[in-house]
Amino acid sequence: MWDYCGHSLDVARLRGATYADVRVMHLRQRDLTTKNGKVGTLGQSESIGLGIRVVVHGAWGFASTDLLTREGVAACAAQAVAIGKASALAKKENVRLAPEGSYVDSWQGPCRKDPFEIPVESQIALLLAVDECMRKVKGVTLSETDMQFRKVDSWFASTEGSKIHQRRVISGCGIGATSFRDDAIQKRSYPNSFGGQYMLAGYELIESLDLLGNAPRVAEEVVALHSAAACPQKTGTLILGGSQLGLQIHESVGHPIELDRVLGQEANFAGTSFLTLDKLNVLWYGSPIVNVVADARIVHGPSLGTFAYDDEGVPAQCTDIIKNGEFRGYLSSRETAHLVGLNRSGGTMRTESWNRLPMIRMTNVSLLPGEWNFDNLIADTQDGILMDTNRSWSIDDRRYQFQFSTEIAWEIKGGKIVRMLKNPSYSGITTEFWNSCDAICDAKHWTLWGTPNCGKGQPMQTMGTGHGTSPARFRNIKFGAAFSDE
Amino acid sequence: MSPAKTKRTIENLRQKNVTSRGPSAGPQVRSERELRAIADRVLRLAKSRRIPETEVHVEEIVSALTRFAGNAIHQHVAEQGITVSVRTVADGRTARVTTNRVDEDSLCAALEDSRSLAASQPKDPQLLPMLSSQKYRRVNRYIPVTASLSAEDRARAVKRVCDLADKRGQVSAGIFESGQAHSLLANSRGLLAGYRQTQAEFSVTFQQGSAASWAKANDADVRNFDPQKLARIASDKAIRAQNPVELPAGHYSVILEPAAVLDLVGFLFYDFAATAVEDKRSCFAGRMGKRVFGKNISIRDDAYHPGQLGAPFDGEGGPRQRVSLVDKGVLRNLVYSRRSAKVAGTKPTGHGFALPNEYGEAPMNLVVEGGTSSIEEMIASTDRGLLVTRLWYIREVEPYEKIMTGMTRDGLFLVERGEVTGSVRNFRFNQSVLEMLKNVELLGETRRSSGEEAFEMVVPPMKIGNFHFSEATKF
Repeated sequence: MWDYCGHSLDVARLRGATYADVRVMHLRQRDLTTKNGKVGTLGQSESIGLGIRVVVHGAWGFASTDLLTREGVAACAAQAVAIGKASALAKKENVRLAPEGSYVDSWQGPCRKDPFEIPVESQIALLLAVDECMRKVKGVTLSETDMQFRKVDSWFASTEGSKIHQRRVISGCGIGATSFRDDAIQKRSYPNSFGGQYMLAGYELIESLDLLGNAPRVAEEVVALHSAAACPQKTGTLILGGSQLGLQIHESVGHPIELDRVLGQEANFAGTSFLTLDKLNVLWYGSPIVNVVADARIVHGPSLGTFAYDDEGVPAQCTDIIKNGEFRGYLSSRETAHLVGLNRSGGTMRTESWNRLPMIRMTNVSLLPGEWNFDNLIADTQDGILMDTNRSWSIDDRRYQFQFSTEIAWEIKGGKIVRMLKNPSYSGITTEFWNSCDAICDAKHWTLWGTPNCGKGQPMQTMGTGHGTSPARFRNIKFGAAFSDE
Repeated sequence: MSPAKTKRTIENLRQKNVTSRGPSAGPQVRSERELRAIADRVLRLAKSRRIPETEVHVEEIVSALTRFAGNAIHQHVAEQGITVSVRTVADGRTARVTTNRVDEDSLCAALEDSRSLAASQPKDPQLLPMLSSQKYRRVNRYIPVTASLSAEDRARAVKRVCDLADKRGQVSAGIFESGQAHSLLANSRGLLAGYRQTQAEFSVTFQQGSAASWAKANDADVRNFDPQKLARIASDKAIRAQNPVELPAGHYSVILEPAAVLDLVGFLFYDFAATAVEDKRSCFAGRMGKRVFGKNISIRDDAYHPGQLGAPFDGEGGPRQRVSLVDKGVLRNLVYSRRSAKVAGTKPTGHGFALPNEYGEAPMNLVVEGGTSSIEEMIASTDRGLLVTRLWYIREVEPYEKIMTGMTRDGLFLVERGEVTGSVRNFRFNQSVLEMLKNVELLGETRRSSGEEAFEMVVPPMKIGNFHFSEATKF
């Protein structure tokens, strides 16, 4: 692979590139699903190819190919240079990259049990057993399970001398039960909705989640939801479970801190950000107990935003995003770092595959743990609603006004959980929401949630991100707008 | 996450893709004969391994995209790639393996992996034998002018748009994409289906201070839209979108431009799947033959409509049929894969996804019948209402009443006494699509439309009464 990298860089230089970096990537994936006792999807895929990014005449060009021969990669490099020259027809200023060291390294993410070495028969058998377990509960009209495994090898090289190989194995799984009754459809999922939990890990993740043990509860809860009271429409105290809080961070912190959004580079598609540059170190993003970091380092945990180097060869870092409530940092790249006074990229450039351009993406954007025990938090709440497991999510194109609904909620009265609620939703304004946070649970309740399906860019790229959370409490939150007719 | 996840999944299912060639376009596209040779080799290798049934789908994509922001090109990419997707069947078991390597060893490995995966599951008594040879209606969706568009062609067009923004003191951002896809589906029972398509897309946002507006077009023929004209539309609307006022949330008459109609109605596409109804997760479960929309709403799936793209066959090679889904507000039909048709005791409609999958099928070429009202006439007929350019981040809140939430974006305008009188701060809506389509007062000419949440469809602009906005945002 290094030969292809080196040859394409040589061709790019010869054709006039002043900078170039290249990624050869080999992606392998296995997908398994079941539905109502039968195997649904059963497939594997692999894709290997090379993508090269160049600066020529001060402008960017990128081309990719799956033709891994010396001729193929040379043609690809030449094409990238030609595209860069075309880009220069409509440039404002020359590309400027923050300085970065060169690294020669090889790194492999944690993986105790290679999921591709586990017999498919046993993986299917587990899913079918879980599927059957959910269908045993009367009232369940649809049972679904899924597993997904990915193994990604990448070879990165640049004209600045870096040569970095990384291997990341990602595992994920989830189960869901749906119930249709009396003109209503309810759903419960475990360990999270929309595919479940994903981590930078091997099959040990699947074994740790006890899908079979949780299946009866999931099925019983979805049937019980039909008889539950509806979430009230009012303003009150909200406690968010960890997985829903992870998505709340993703949408209302993770996306607005992407510098490419702030600079308008996503204005046509994914949107911009309310976090204009004048707000750095000035805005009170949250209450003083709110601390958020973007941390790609393995010490933060093995999640979907964990790596050793980003896809422009910058080592993984931890960046303060919100420190004691104050807005302190953006997600940056070598090209954008100087715009916020940084002399180095924050190391957040990531690509979905060999045929896509690296772009600023979330790493692990996590809310650091607080000091509360969960039981004590409930006991301390006189009147509130606990919501968990996302059902729908939506936020405006500047990441300001949001609305979330969850699969399930529980009413809290007098410090106790008193009953289940159906059709819960809450809405608000990002900064008002985070400033209303008055309690965060401690490290014992902290989980690093993997979000496997973050879409951004044109052509679209799907990326995995991580979000560490523990349950937290928010005051004066608006409930029920999703089902309101006012 | 972004709304685009839904669209991306749909695009993958639909296998629509794009390309570019020219002075800087790089590798040449393989000929149909070369794709056929790859498919034949896979089938020959499968036969030599005594695999009872084999299906192979070969697809090559060449695509390029020029992306601009801040009145300059900031990303400019090209890709070329082939995929070979192999499905084997033995003893009532099937599995799929996909690779982008076309050497014989890799194709053999794909076949063996597929056979091994298939054997690892219980037998499925409902698994049908593969289709034999079929007849397809010809469609011509390959336009050489689009295929030959170069990086320089796109860059020059983008430069003109950026110059317009500079001249008007505005900021532009967007994309100009062009390309082609060529695919071939064959199986061991003699089925052979080929399709190629070009596609070009231009999308632009103009920002005027904190105000913005947007325009977009997508077509097989790049000559069917004018980037400069789209840029001027977005530019003019951005000027009008300045100084928005905040209005109270509530129910309003709305005039939805086609992109807004598309992105809401597009969320119904999977509800029309027979498998979704069978699984009781469709809003149409239990509603067959009932009036679900107003009498002025008729929806069909029509892969042969001149405003549509996509192959004339489905994931199993079944010929796509025209299907009347909703006639004058009454739900008349669903779309069926071969499996769901057998379960329902009817004929497949050619809408199945590639097997194996748990979703079954979906209509990928929706056409909503239009009317005769122009948007100007809709405005003139409105005493007080809102004109909506596009919607954003639409998600399902409740599946059976099909309550959707989302935001307005890039141009929301107040209509008073038959005229547009100003700009309005963006609203969040929570609106049942079923209810919405009962409240359509006027329909415009139906046409191929592009949004950002749903795939391209043929829809009209609509004037709708009693549309529910629940909250306002800060801009």
